Amino acid sequence: MDILCVCGNGIGTSVLLKVNVEQAAADLGMDVNVTTSDAGSAKGTANMNDLVLTSNELASELEGTTTPVETVDNFMDMDEIKNILKEYAD
Amino acid sequence: MADFKAFLPDSSFALDVSVEDWKGAIQRSGDALVASGFTTDAYTQQMIETVEKMGPYIVIAPGLALAHSRPSDAVLGTGLSWIRLKTPVEFGNKANDPVSLVIGLAGRDEQEHLQVMSAIAGALTNKEKTAKLAQAETPDEIRAILEG
Repeated sequence: MDILCVCGNGIGTSVLLKVNVEQAAADLGMDVNVTTSDAGSAKGTANMNDLVLTSNELASELEGTTTPVETVDNFMDMDEIKNILKEYAD
Repeated sequence: MADFKAFLPDSSFALDVSVEDWKGAIQRSGDALVASGFTTDAYTQQMIETVEKMGPYIVIAPGLALAHSRPSDAVLGTGLSWIRLKTPVEFGNKANDPVSLVIGLAGRDEQEHLQVMSAIAGALTNKEKTAKLAQAETPDEIRAILEG
């Protein structure tokens, strides 16, 4: 499963989210490939992924993409991240 | 293991400081990055502009803001600053305000700071460590908690 983590600049928050998503996926036994992007270029790369994760503030920038977009409130809450991943696991 | 002394030297810390508002908090985190030789003053302004342009998305967890901007000439090296506020301030983020810890990030590329970000994520997703970090009194104590 390919997951894209999106933040404003593609270097700070999205990298932190990537680290936690990889950990959450490992805990759930899911096989994921996580990449990061800034909001500006995310629209172009979103459809090459199965799931896009971002923060509430940036979700509107991704309107129109066909890949599901889920927002994360607390990037440090592993349970919140796992609950999102579980919805897409199969 | 990430080299915390290099990424978070003593000059990167300001513990229990008072600021007026979110701009003051980011200013402080930028000043600490400059003091540690990671950035120039221009980067501090870029971090503030990031929030002005894109909103307070940098408040990524309750009480925690990750102040940063994109790599530019204003970034001299990869490193962090750690600003703990005496009185929390509002950034305008509904889910996670008010902010009591601002981590400033200067990054030249993603790979370079991935290791240190992993260590920080590992500590901040752990409730026990987060509580200890809020109580720690010295940079040495904070680095030890992050490394442990």
